[in-house]
Amino acid sequence: MAAHPILSVEGISLSFGGLTVLSEVSFKVNPGEIFAIIGPNGAGKTSILNCIGGFYRPSAGRILFEGDDITRTSPDRRAARGLARTFQNIALFRGMTVLDNIKLGAHAHLKTGLASALMYWGPAHREEMALRERMEQEVIDFLEIEPIRKQAVGSLAYGLQKRVELARALAMEPKVLLMDEPVAGMNAEETEDMARFVLDIKEERDITIVLIEHDMNVIMDISDRVMVVNFGQKIAEGTPDQVQRHPEVIKAYLGEKKG
Amino acid sequence: MDILLQLIVSGIAVGGVYALIALGFVLIYKATSIINFATGEFMMIGAYFFYTFMVMAGLPPIPSFLLVMLCSAMLGLFIERAILRHMLGQPTISIVMVTVGLSSILMGLAEMIWSTDFKSFPPLFPRAPVIIGDIIVRSNLFWGFIAAMIAVIIFALLFKYAKVGVAMRATAGDQMAAFSMGINVRSMFTVAWAMGAIAAALGGVIIGNIGGIQPTLGSIGLKIFPVVILGGLDSIAGAVVGGFIVGLVENIAGGYLDPYVGGGVKDLAPFVVLVLILFIKPYGLFGKQDIERL
Repeated sequence: MAAHPILSVEGISLSFGGLTVLSEVSFKVNPGEIFAIIGPNGAGKTSILNCIGGFYRPSAGRILFEGDDITRTSPDRRAARGLARTFQNIALFRGMTVLDNIKLGAHAHLKTGLASALMYWGPAHREEMALRERMEQEVIDFLEIEPIRKQAVGSLAYGLQKRVELARALAMEPKVLLMDEPVAGMNAEETEDMARFVLDIKEERDITIVLIEHDMNVIMDISDRVMVVNFGQKIAEGTPDQVQRHPEVIKAYLGEKKG
Repeated sequence: MDILLQLIVSGIAVGGVYALIALGFVLIYKATSIINFATGEFMMIGAYFFYTFMVMAGLPPIPSFLLVMLCSAMLGLFIERAILRHMLGQPTISIVMVTVGLSSILMGLAEMIWSTDFKSFPPLFPRAPVIIGDIIVRSNLFWGFIAAMIAVIIFALLFKYAKVGVAMRATAGDQMAAFSMGINVRSMFTVAWAMGAIAAALGGVIIGNIGGIQPTLGSIGLKIFPVVILGGLDSIAGAVVGGFIVGLVENIAGGYLDPYVGGGVKDLAPFVVLVLILFIKPYGLFGKQDIERL
């Protein structure tokens, strides 16, 4: 077991008005693992990702990334530090081409302030651009989307759009990738491809992955560890096997046994 | 025939200037979804800035021009930071009303600072009318059109290729995704207001150079509504095409019909065409529905 978790969530709670969405959820993610969060609809899975990404601010608890408290850091700063994200409902920039979208991912490393915008040209800039281009190409090759790189994303099939969104996240060269239902709505073949990509990302790219998924087969196949949430609370954590046999989990998914 | 050509040419020339002012509206709407009713007043204030630097301070045209851009950017930036940022998350109608109020405040300030007297700039361009074939174009209109087109092209290129422009487009497309890309969405709002104010102010300088300035100059800003609604509120290409259409329609309708009804057609015609087009294409010619927007 690695000495320091790359991401640790310590007792976060979240409520909207009177509605409690999360209560004191804690977990640690180790570098290089695939950590899955599962649970019934409305259990608070996406809220957890939104807290980590910085879109929701938990009312209690804190979030540490590489040992630093990022609970109050803005989402764009978190992204720049190495937290990338894919969304449940594809959030691509629809008017742009595949390549433009991927280029935007690489933006995380560039400062978008006014001052740097004024220094748009120059040798340092050109060098950086060459480096970016090589990296973008590498991501495109990795995800096998070369043939569609010039197409507008709006015209692509659903499974391909998901892949482009993943490519954009990878272009950010993140340390941790948060994936919200990467295979939702995909057919069997697309699902298999995506599962393979997720495994490859972990193995070849050394990126830690936190994912939410409904597809149990995928979860059990690829995850190193699984956390189960229900009604905003953590009810179990462990290897896929352990979790599957956990009585609380069986109860949450299959209902209580009568008698 | 000659008259028609003449009207077409001046229509295009005026339309180019409308396009630039409309761009000031679109840049802000695209990034922040705020309908800025003070666009016309941004334009008017821009013209007064120019008057201040060139006539009152006696600076040469180019430095005055650059100072106008700087001051307008500051104005846009200030308004976003000081007023509109606090309105984030409020209902659209409240924010729109704030911009309506803003337009009155800016007009009032202009009256206080520069008085209500009519002012004009010393000639910026060679006086001689420009002759294209058989057509004669007033020099201020011709050079104004050229200047407006250069500005529109620069803004379009910035938006398409520069880092800030791409980040602004991303913000316009999906704020949450933009955030996750490491784009500072709030600073993009500020940049959009600054750029929008600059575009409107440049338009104001050109308009002021053609017809002189008064605090009520901002009412020309009303004409950008047919322009942007025709073109689609969030499309730069649409703003340009919409600008030309409105310029052409008002000139041709005014030229042919005004003599029969005793005037006024010029100001009415763009709105009539606007209503007709909205019957057919409710989103405007270029608006919404996923097409590549420049």
